[in-house]
Amino acid sequence: MQFVKDRLDYLFRSTRGLTLVAIAVVSIVTAIFGTLSGPMVEWGIKDITVRLLGMKLVEAEREGRVIMLYHTIAMTIVAIEVYFMTEMLPMKRYEQTVINGTITVGYLTAVVFGLLFAYWGHAFVYHGLFLLGQSLVFFAGILLCIALWPWKKEYRLPADSPYARSKSGLDLERMAFFVMAVSTLLSASFGAVTGSYWGNGHETFLGEDLIRNPFKTVLQKAIIGHLHIMLTLIAIAITLIVGRWMKFKGILHRIAMPLMIWGTIIITAGALSVVWVEWAHTIIYVGSVFVMLAALMYVIYSWDMLIKEGTAGIEKPTGWQKFKALLSDPIKFGPGWQMVFMNFTVSGVGIFMAVKLTEIFRVWPHREERIVLTGHWHILSGLIATIILFYFADLSGLKGKARKWFGWLVILMSNIAFASVTIFSMKRLFVTEAEQQGVVNWLMLFTDIGLAVVLVALAVFMIWRLYDLLQAKGYWTQEYNAERKTSAEAEIEEQKRKLKELEETLKEVSK
Amino acid sequence: MKRTFFLLTLLALTISSCAPAPSIGAITPPYVDTGIDPESWAVVPAGTFPYGQHDHMTLVDYDYDIMVTDVTNEQYARFLNEALADGTIRVGEVEVETGEQVWVEIGVYGFYPGDPYDGYKHEEEIKPGDKLFFPIEADGVRITFDGKTFRAIHEYSNHPVTMVTWFGANAYCEYYGWRLPSEIEWEKAARGTELVNGRGLPFPWGPHIERNNANYYSSFDLFEKMFGKLGNTMPVGFYNGRTYDGHETLDSASPYGLYDMAGNVWQWTGDNYPKQHYRHMRGGSFYSYEVDLRVWKFNSAGPQHYSPQVGFRCAR
Repeated sequence: MQFVKDRLDYLFRSTRGLTLVAIAVVSIVTAIFGTLSGPMVEWGIKDITVRLLGMKLVEAEREGRVIMLYHTIAMTIVAIEVYFMTEMLPMKRYEQTVINGTITVGYLTAVVFGLLFAYWGHAFVYHGLFLLGQSLVFFAGILLCIALWPWKKEYRLPADSPYARSKSGLDLERMAFFVMAVSTLLSASFGAVTGSYWGNGHETFLGEDLIRNPFKTVLQKAIIGHLHIMLTLIAIAITLIVGRWMKFKGILHRIAMPLMIWGTIIITAGALSVVWVEWAHTIIYVGSVFVMLAALMYVIYSWDMLIKEGTAGIEKPTGWQKFKALLSDPIKFGPGWQMVFMNFTVSGVGIFMAVKLTEIFRVWPHREERIVLTGHWHILSGLIATIILFYFADLSGLKGKARKWFGWLVILMSNIAFASVTIFSMKRLFVTEAEQQGVVNWLMLFTDIGLAVVLVALAVFMIWRLYDLLQAKGYWTQEYNAERKTSAEAEIEEQKRKLKELEETLKEVSK
Repeated sequence: MKRTFFLLTLLALTISSCAPAPSIGAITPPYVDTGIDPESWAVVPAGTFPYGQHDHMTLVDYDYDIMVTDVTNEQYARFLNEALADGTIRVGEVEVETGEQVWVEIGVYGFYPGDPYDGYKHEEEIKPGDKLFFPIEADGVRITFDGKTFRAIHEYSNHPVTMVTWFGANAYCEYYGWRLPSEIEWEKAARGTELVNGRGLPFPWGPHIERNNANYYSSFDLFEKMFGKLGNTMPVGFYNGRTYDGHETLDSASPYGLYDMAGNVWQWTGDNYPKQHYRHMRGGSFYSYEVDLRVWKFNSAGPQHYSPQVGFRCAR
């Protein structure tokens, strides 16, 4: 019994444990539900999954199923980001506990009952519990905003702080996290309001199916704004998280944080104003420039830091030595590189598409344009997932050759897969339909190999974590003890501060 | 280092073991007789039917006829010869205009009276003038022209005609006094009026799709062995329950007896919607995943578009 209790304590009461559970949930969901589409259908795996698990798949409900699947995965990813935030940002211990507890119950409820509703028949009890789960995640978001409140005295920065601050000492990085969290709540409510009309004037649809329709309802526009901004905000959150992880500071930090704050506000306003404003895209472009410049500052800082650390013992390092230093730790190099790579496969594609929409993309059939759209946001999601994995691998203390193999495999193979998907989606620029078969086969092969290797690397990593969890003195015990020590120290500091506050109150009252 | 070399070698071997697939113009498949007459028509009686993914009951208050199969290469070649003889169409260089691009193609062209134009965002004006019906020199064309006569390549003669623009499809139907079906007409003909558990049929033959129901991406059909999993067009009416050279098919006719209403080629429909110049296509093709074969799924393109996976049928 103690065996189980110790492990449950670790899995549900520590950041690393909670994150491990959430990554396991995403992995299992991806492994099962990934068999229902793409090459798995061709290989007949879909039929086996459906039969084995007794799924009830109605053709007309596919879009709804896919939407619920996206939501369950998104809830889990949001939970992971929240775990990272509650650990790395100063806040009270009870705030961290309540936020993590609420979001954990929320996302697990949403995942279990959302998927049951979507894939195993429409019992509306499941749907109600799916909504309850999402509501708990939303409530955890409100608690997070309260905990992050940047105007609290104790979170102000001193004048000589190397981190971005306002004249009055406001921590601008904390402000950026706060603005991102508030924007996320606001954007989630756009989805929730529209969702409340489901079956009551609003019908399920996939955004990419409507792109050429000149008539879109207000509810459809709200959903289109919602889905775009939610993914963007998840990307902004992970950028801020890795910045914190890499101890991003100095002049670049001072430039980046105001850009990130204003960029987040503008891009959110732009995406949500799609409902009313004809020129909403212009607002989105302005916000994007701000956010992407902030990310660029992070990349410059982190790579410079890696070079400096890697050449610390060398008096005058050569270019080659600097290059080797930059690439010496793929886990820390990875997040910045994936952000740069994103420009070729996501932002670059998006800008090219916007500039050449009438000239090229709207000349193609709808299905071709649709491939570009779905391709680029799947890639963005994939890149975010790899950045989360880099950070968690670092948190898990991955060292030596395992660290290098894991890091480089994820970087190289994900890049091969995403580059292949990008070329696939753009194939009409250089090959006709009649001649495309060879090109498509090669690109599919590279995509499948790239993704398969990344998934195998993740599987090996998770199996190692599972094996470790079964050991009496596994690495997990060190992690857990280290976290308990840190949180106990923080708690003591908190109690001391509280004691001081109470003594001052008593003094004031006894005067 | 040794391990890296081993892994790279393994990767190279895996990749090199996959033989490149030929283009669909490189091989000619054998002629396959399906026994289905492409000249036949089916009657769709007036009445309501479940329309679209969400099954909105919709009334079509008139009977109409629709072709049992897509128009074949042989039928289209016949039209081209007849229309060329009476001057309805011409062959030569014609300007094609779309978006901000204008280019010249060699092909069959004829006059189109133009469409109403609303000047809406992304809408392109379709002006009156000569329009490309059918390119004669593009990759994937299955009708040859010797300067006088059009001939369907024998092996492809009973395959659906492809590489026809919407203008070319519309011209064919109008030439014989017919028209392209509207999307509503097309969908009713594809799925009928039956409701199963309160829902209309997602596929012309029923609620589920099997690999031997239709020609779609990786459906392992007869021609995928020759062309790779992207496949090629199949003769019209192929999926009628017959067995061809050991390849068993299921009878996949729609409730009104129409074939190929899912897969094989996308089919142009006739609607000209306000505030846009796009024309819609229905049915999915041999390049489509099975989800795009569901009867309510659509594709769209400008009326100048042609492709090896787009054909049409007529209504009257």
